[in-house]
Amino acid sequence: MHHKIEVENLEFTYPDGRKALHGVTLIVQPGEKVALVGPNGAGKSTLLLHLNGILRGQGTIRVAHLELAEANLGKIRAAVGLVFQNPDDQLFSPTVFDDVAFGPLHMGLPEATVRARVQSALTAVGMQEYRDRISHHLSIGEKKRIAIATVLSMEPEILVLDEPTAGLDPRARRTLINLLRQLDMTMLVSTHDMRMVAELFERTVIMEDGRIVASGATATLLADPVLLERHGLEMF
Amino acid sequence: MHIHLHDQYQQAQTLVHGLDARVKVILTVLFILTVSLTPFGAFGAYIALFALIMAVALLARIEPMYLLKRSVVALPFALAAVTLPFTVPGQTLLTLPIFGGLTVSAEGVIRFVSILIKSWLSLQMAIILVTVTAFPAILWALRALRIPPPLIAIVSLMYRYLFVLFDEAMRLLRARAARSATQAGIRSGGSLAWRGQVAGRMAGSLMLRSFERSERIYNAMLARGYQGQLLGLEHGHLTSRDVVAAAIMVALLTLILLLSRI
Repeated sequence: MHHKIEVENLEFTYPDGRKALHGVTLIVQPGEKVALVGPNGAGKSTLLLHLNGILRGQGTIRVAHLELAEANLGKIRAAVGLVFQNPDDQLFSPTVFDDVAFGPLHMGLPEATVRARVQSALTAVGMQEYRDRISHHLSIGEKKRIAIATVLSMEPEILVLDEPTAGLDPRARRTLINLLRQLDMTMLVSTHDMRMVAELFERTVIMEDGRIVASGATATLLADPVLLERHGLEMF
Repeated sequence: MHIHLHDQYQQAQTLVHGLDARVKVILTVLFILTVSLTPFGAFGAYIALFALIMAVALLARIEPMYLLKRSVVALPFALAAVTLPFTVPGQTLLTLPIFGGLTVSAEGVIRFVSILIKSWLSLQMAIILVTVTAFPAILWALRALRIPPPLIAIVSLMYRYLFVLFDEAMRLLRARAARSATQAGIRSGGSLAWRGQVAGRMAGSLMLRSFERSERIYNAMLARGYQGQLLGLEHGHLTSRDVVAAAIMVALLTLILLLSRI
């Protein structure tokens, strides 16, 4: 397995001139689960959108030992499962089945494989009975889990999630955390949910103003109230 | 805070529900084609076509009243033909004492009534189609029938997001209502121009939000490998039941059409 993320000196400026990333360097080791925290507007989502080439900034990005370049985009998108914050943006197909099948179909897999993958992805998130449902009718917690299934069906080596627990009630949040714990893959998760960070991630990266300002063992960072306060974060 | 998609689809296990979606779409189009090919004033044919609709509805266990109620929406569109009684030349039925004597011709009235009935018949069959076929199945059928993919993509995304946008609009309206307070003794609500401006900005804001959402959706599609075309799995094979149902329907439609033309 080469599921490693390497970001080197990444710079990005939005078309309106706002500079969102100032030389970000980040390495996530294979199998590592890393939390990405920081205030709104710190550049977390911008960074995540670079990991499978949706946004293209200056700098080097290597994912699963592939250089991020036009020629590799297809392979990189198959290797990195990116789950967007708002499931209504992620679930765009008429039915749950169609949405989960979207990735595998576009990878050109044969029909039987697509069906098997949809089945196992929905089973992994505990939503097998929802395959013929219409996404609009689901609760936000259900939509979040289906959104994760839509990338699991692509069998990515790396899972990148943008604020997975935002807007969930405690029970849906607990279900989601348990799901993330079970998934055995490299994971980079942006979040404001510090209790989830403490519970789930060995390593935490703090971003502010488009820069990585701290990175280290979650237990160490979260035990430093001065550091947390300086970057507008708080524990419990 | 959530508008439910009131799908017209009614789940049931009937012969009509079980037919292949492609067959149902084609037969519906053929039916509408037959309706439009019958000559004006062929009332016997209209009755036969209506009987056919009722027979299909009966087989599909659709309440006739449901069908009649829903098909009333066609009436306003038929108003486009309202000038026909006055413009088609023919035997004068009566002269209205307006505009210096407006004549109503018998041919014109027959033509108008025929158009009214035809649009109403066509719509009823279309309503049956969406009542007995789940929307995703219709989309799949259209794809299988080689309708241009961009059109199908538009319909598919519209089906998914129409009500998301509706929710968004509801939130905007609610936010306005929550801040539209009145105070005793002071005239509230502002001028008409000002209120118009507020409404205009809300519409603009809804458009901007939809535009931004469309970019996020497109990103989500790209992230999962989208390359410009929505793909779908083939499902469903034609069974002998489909063939028999199609043959019966086509035979009946041809018969009605021929009889109405002699």
